[in-house]
Parts: sequence; C-alpha cells; structure tokens
Amino acid sequence: MTIARSGRPVDEVTLDAVRAGEITPDDVRIHPDTLLHQATVAQEHGNPQLAANFRRAAELTQLSDDRVMAIYEALRPRRSSVADLEAIAVELDAAGATATAALVREAAQAYRARSLAT
Amino acid sequence: MTESIGRFRFMDAQRVNLDGFAVPDPALGLVAFDSPSDPEPSLVVTDGVITEMDSRSRTEFDLLDTFIADHGLDLAVAPEAMAIDDLAFARMLVDPVVSRDEVVRLAGGMTPAKLARSLALLRPAELVIATTKCRARRTPSNQAHVTNRSDDPLLLAADAATAAAFGFREVETTVPVLGDAPSNAIAVSIGAAVGSPGLLVQCSVEEALELEMGMRGLVSYAETVSLYGTEQIFIDGDDTPWSKAFLTSAYASRGIKMRVTSGGGAEALMGGAEGCSMFYLEARCVALARAIGAQGVQNGGIDSASVAGAVPGGVRSLMAENLMVMLRNLESCTGNDALMSESEVRRTSRTHPIFIAGTDFICSGFGSIQRYDNMFGPSQWNAEDIDDYLAMQRDWGVDGGLRTAEEPEVARLRTRAAQAVRDVYSALGLADFPDAWVDEAIDAAGSKDVPSADLMVPLSAARLIRDSGITMLDVISALDECGYEQEAERLLAMLRARVEGDYLQTAAIFTESMDVLSLVTDPNDYAGPGTGYVPSAERQREIDRIRQQRSVEDLRGQQAIHATDRLRDSGSATQSNDPRDVVIAVSPATGREIWRTLSGLTVVEALEELLAGLEEEGCVGRIVRVNDTIDLGLIGLTGARLAGSGIGIGLQAKGTALIHRRDLTPLANLELYSVAPTLDRAAYRQLGVNAGRHAKGATPEPQRNPYSDEAIEARYHTAVVSLVAIERECSTAGAAPDALTLVEGP
Repeated sequence: MTIARSGRPVDEVTLDAVRAGEITPDDVRIHPDTLLHQATVAQEHGNPQLAANFRRAAELTQLSDDRVMAIYEALRPRRSSVADLEAIAVELDAAGATATAALVREAAQAYRARSLAT
Repeated sequence: MTESIGRFRFMDAQRVNLDGFAVPDPALGLVAFDSPSDPEPSLVVTDGVITEMDSRSRTEFDLLDTFIADHGLDLAVAPEAMAIDDLAFARMLVDPVVSRDEVVRLAGGMTPAKLARSLALLRPAELVIATTKCRARRTPSNQAHVTNRSDDPLLLAADAATAAAFGFREVETTVPVLGDAPSNAIAVSIGAAVGSPGLLVQCSVEEALELEMGMRGLVSYAETVSLYGTEQIFIDGDDTPWSKAFLTSAYASRGIKMRVTSGGGAEALMGGAEGCSMFYLEARCVALARAIGAQGVQNGGIDSASVAGAVPGGVRSLMAENLMVMLRNLESCTGNDALMSESEVRRTSRTHPIFIAGTDFICSGFGSIQRYDNMFGPSQWNAEDIDDYLAMQRDWGVDGGLRTAEEPEVARLRTRAAQAVRDVYSALGLADFPDAWVDEAIDAAGSKDVPSADLMVPLSAARLIRDSGITMLDVISALDECGYEQEAERLLAMLRARVEGDYLQTAAIFTESMDVLSLVTDPNDYAGPGTGYVPSAERQREIDRIRQQRSVEDLRGQQAIHATDRLRDSGSATQSNDPRDVVIAVSPATGREIWRTLSGLTVVEALEELLAGLEEEGCVGRIVRVNDTIDLGLIGLTGARLAGSGIGIGLQAKGTALIHRRDLTPLANLELYSVAPTLDRAAYRQLGVNAGRHAKGATPEPQRNPYSDEAIEARYHTAVVSLVAIERECSTAGAAPDALTLVEGP
C-alpha cells in the first residue's frame, strides 16, 4: 500500500476522512519512497534521466514549498553568485539532498564558465 | 510591372495568400533542415567524459552542450549509435522487424546533430509509419484548450465539462489577465470533474506561479516549461538547463505530471538562431528535455509553427520534431496547437499525417472553445472544427482521441458545471453569481453569449484564493458540502493519484475508470500491420456513430411527416387519344413512402407546378404512377406511351424529372432536370410548360443547367441511396401503372 508523505495510507484518503477534517495537505503529498520506486520503474523502462529526476524529486519532498520556490529562483540566470549557489548546495547536502546539491554545484560551475555568475 | 490579369487577381484573393512564405535564409534560421552552420555530428569520449560533441570541444560548450553532454546521452550505446549510417538508422525506423525498443536504445546514444541528420532523411509517409511505431503510449489521446476572453469561471467550467464529454483527456487553460489564474484553475478543475473522472488539468502561466498553483493542488499537470535551442534565447527565457532541471524535479516532488515545451522556429522568431536550421536547434531542445529528466515534450512548432510553415519542408520538419521526441523515449504532445495557416487546406494538411499515425496527444491544444475565446490565440483546430474532426476520425477509422457527445448530455453537464462553480464560489466566499449569468454560461457557444459576465469577479476571486491559501482540499470540501459528492470524489481521486505517482511516468493519462495508461502500463507494441493499437469494438462504435448519420428508417420517418391524402389512387391507368393529353408519370414510392423532394418541395407542390405549366400551354396533365420500374427514363417513357400527345413527364419522388416522347428509346429523352436539390417551383412550372410545347409541336424554352458550387453530391447522395432503396421496395415486376388524382388543397 502506498503511503502519503504523512504516513497515512492512500486508501484512507477518503471523502469521509475529508468530512471529518482528518486530511491535511501532507496526506495528499507524495512520499519520497514512492518517488524512489518510480525512479526504479523509469530506469527499467529505458529512461535513466527520468529516474534521476525522480530521485532528486524524492529529496525535494523534504523541502517546504517556499524553499523549493526560492531555490528555483536562485538558479535562474544572473540571480546568484557562485558563493550563493554553493551555500544552497551545502544546505541541500545537510538535508540529505545530495543529488540536488550536486546539480546546484554543477550549475555554479557552468554559470561561471559562461559568465552568468561570478 | 505588367498589368495584372484576372486569373492571378482571383488567385491572390484566396485565403492561402494571407500566409507568409519566406525565401530560405540560413543566416536568420529560416531553413527547416540542413543549414550550412549546422555542425557535423561527432562524439569523443575520454575517460567516461564527453570531450567533443557535434564538432565542438568541451571548452567551446555552451550551457546546453554541457548539460546534454553530462546528462543526456547513453555513453554505453554511443559508440555503436554514432557509427550507424544515417540512412541505415532511418530505415530501421520504418522497418517493422526492428522494434521500438531497439531504435530507442540506439537513439539514446546519438548526439543532437546525429539524430537530426538521420530523421531529415525520412519522407512524409515514412514519418507516419515511424510515428505509429515509436510513440510511447499505445492508446492515442488529445488535449483541449479551455479559455475565454473574460476568464468567466462559469463558462470555463461549462466548457471544461464539454471538453470532457467530447473525449479530451487533458485540459489546458490560461488567462488573459495573469491575476485571474487561480480562479481559472479551480473553475476548470471543477468543470473537468463534472465531465469525467481522471481529466488532467493545467493552467499555463509564468513558471513560478504555475508551480505554486501545482503545489496547492489547483492543477494536476504542467506544460509551460519552455526550452530553447540556443543559449542566448534560453537565457532570454529567464532560465538555464539547471533551473529547468530543478523545476522538473520540483513538480515531481509534489507528485505533479510535467512536460516541457519547445518547437522549431522559436529561435528564428526571437532573432537568435545562430544560423542553424530549425530542426537542428529543436534536436538540441529534445536532447535537453531528456537530459533534465522531463517525461515528455510538447513540440512541433507550437507558437512558432507558422515560422516553420513559411519555409520549404517546414511542415515536414514539425512532424519530424515530434518523432525525435518519441525516439528519446518521451511523451510526445504533437503540436497542432497554434493556428499555422489561414488556409483550411494547409492547416488540415499539416495535421493529417500526425492524425492518421496517432500520437500521445495529437493536439497539444485543440481549441475546444471558439477561436475568439482562445487566449493562446486561435488553434489549429477549434470548436468550429469538432464535427469535422469527428468526421475525419470516422472517415479513416482512426482514433484521434475524440468522441461524439450527445446534446442532452452536454446540456446536463454544462448546467451542473456552472452550478457547481457558482455554489463552490459562494460557499468559499469568493463570489456570488446572479442567475442570469449562470443561465447564459450554460447556453453559451462562447463568451460573447454571456453579457452578464463581470470581469472583476474572477480577479477578486483569484486574489481571495491566493490570500487565503485555498487548496484543492478546500475546493473538495466545498463541493461535497454543496451536494456535489461525485465531483468531490473525482477531485480527491486526482489528489490520491499524486500520492501514488504512477502518472508521473512517461505519457500518462487516466481512463475514465482511473487506470493509468502510460509507457509503463500501455506500451506501444506496433510491429507492422495487424499489430499495435486497435480501437476496441466499443471505441470503434464511438468513432463511427457520429450524430449526423442517418439510416433508411430515419429517412422514412422524415418522409412520413410530409404524407398527405391529397394524392389519391383512382383505379388503373389508361391509354388516351386526346392530343392535348400529357402524362406525368411518377415513381413507385410517390405518394406511398416518399412525399418530399430533395429540394424541400413536397411532391404535391411539384405536381401542382407541372400541372399548371401544362395548363398554361392548353394541355391537360394526368398523373400516373408507374409500379414496375424505378428507372426514370422508363417511367417517363411509360407515361409518354399512355399519353394521347405521346409526351410524358417522368418524375421521381426525390424530384428528378424529364420529358419523354413515345418514339424514343428509354435512355434518350427530350429534357432532363437532373439536379433535384436545385429544382424549385419555377423550374417545375417551366418543365410543365415545355412538356406542353413539345406536345403541341411548339418551341420549348431552353433550360439552363442549374449550377451551384456547393457539394451537392456530398449533401444528398446518402439520402439518394436510401430513397432509391425505398423506391425499389415499392416497385413490383410486371405491376400495371395506377391512375392518381391530385385533389384540391385546403
């Protein structure tokens, strides 16, 4: 049985539960383990890049919506210095989001090479 | 300048000449395939790292090259894939013996330039076969735009429900006013839920706002994540490959399906093609889409489709772009989106090969609303064309993702959708809609039919949604409290689907029973004739049974409405010796089963005119029904032989008529009035006059062949087949003719 990020089994996300006021936003959020499972499925179906995306997504489930939005903004062109991006990478590493941290470090390097960040 | 001539003035006035056509100009990127600046395919891997790709060394890589080189290619396959001859690979794509898996595996190791060069070799019919084989999902589908000029939530909901009724499985909305977006997302989601379980909904707006709405559950997929084929245009789009990759993961982290958008011609349109062909730049986009981990791509020109359409081979390149997505093992949402021509012929021609091949989404935005209400701009296909599209599906027996919707059902759905939005907006304190607005939205064919719409309502509702942090759970509760339990259940099922995550896989849609169809659960297994997707018997019936089809029984019923007792049997027909006697010989079904001609006149009205015309010439008309033949020549000749004057008028109940003379052979006749749908009262009167003159030996008035530029045969031939069948039923070999009397009308 698939469970939501909150730990509630998905088949307990019913209209009766909504009526009883039991369902929180976390009960309709995907669990990181589910994304890791989807990554395995994608890998088996010939798309390792989609699998890598799902693994990064599993990491991002731990971040708040606002933080996700903020990191996206920081990665857009000419928003951040290399140091800013490194700080984000350190934060991500600390949160166990190592694949995403690696992506951010790669971005910093590429942005520097193309003069999008100093 | 020489003086113009009529033929060219006439040609210039045709709609196709409103389109722009460009002289190919590689410097501006105005070339579909093979620009001189397109690089030679190459790939050098040193110690597991790509050090050269497509003739550029690593030190020369731009952002796109770097990301593709580091993430996009399968290096285990690359040496084999890059060594394959371009033509050999092109042939594998159309060879049914070579599986989809195999060509996808090889494409995984090909650089953008390599794949572009090979796909450029496919001719149109080969693109159709390759698309049939290489699309990800076995079952084709389609996506609708649902928007309107006033962001009217009631009309959006009614139109979303209508789109569901017509079979669309994804609905995309957008806004003319950015601030309205959350209101549109909720209204369309409610309407979609009224129409069908499992409909995916997106609201296309700026990247960050779109993500925010997704996070709050207000939409169930995203598509407006644009990729471009040159670094400069990519950055002008305010993103990089890394920010897009992060965004892609952000959507997945909230369990939201997402695809990216690209399309040939975009870079040329934005003045940054760097001298490269549209197809090569799109090859970079598609490679990047795979590299960042997106499950799918919307391409095939999209907003720049008309730029591709302006150059030689451009339309072919749009379809080749779609195929490239399939070969990268991604969902292909195949354009046919922005209207690319003013010409009905050209826009149909652009879509048709994709339509017959079938793709994951044939249109990445079929305008299910009228052209003027499409806030993306008019689509290639619009509400104006839904019946055309359904007829095309039926003509070719293909599944283009749409189905016939019955009027009473659509009326019910529109009513429920508009009322549900009214009730939910009221319950959530977002807006109160007057009854007149609700009634207008239900009936409306477009926003022009909703004069009560107040533009401030969606804006203030959207602000309240954002400020109070309303989520889809709140919408579900409100629906339930207002008595829309079914819709609440359907939207809750979409939230559960986010938790399960199966619809994050490539090319996923939901069936109406909430099963996921995707590359994983419904893989395309085409391997030549007799394989791959075939519509189920039930689905085929849906495709075949368009609402306009008519049977013989339907036609019999329509004819019976016009039955009258004015035409009465009056014994056996006799021979006359009166030189003024002209016989009007009618067909066997006349006055039995068939009462109305194809022109809309009743048979009695036609007979009245014929009799009056004869009377004008001092002749006496007599009506005889011929019972042993349905051939008009023989019917007329039978009449002529009974007539004292030797002149007979033959009249089929459907209206076709002729004048015959006793000494002629059956197929020869004096005058033929063959185009029944154009015969009016005056024509039958003239026919009667001329028959009288033939009887007297006077000169008849020459009849002009009536001409029309309408597709007369398309309109009437099906009815003719049924009418002839009824005539044959009424005909008996050897039966003698009857005398008929036309009694005075009331």
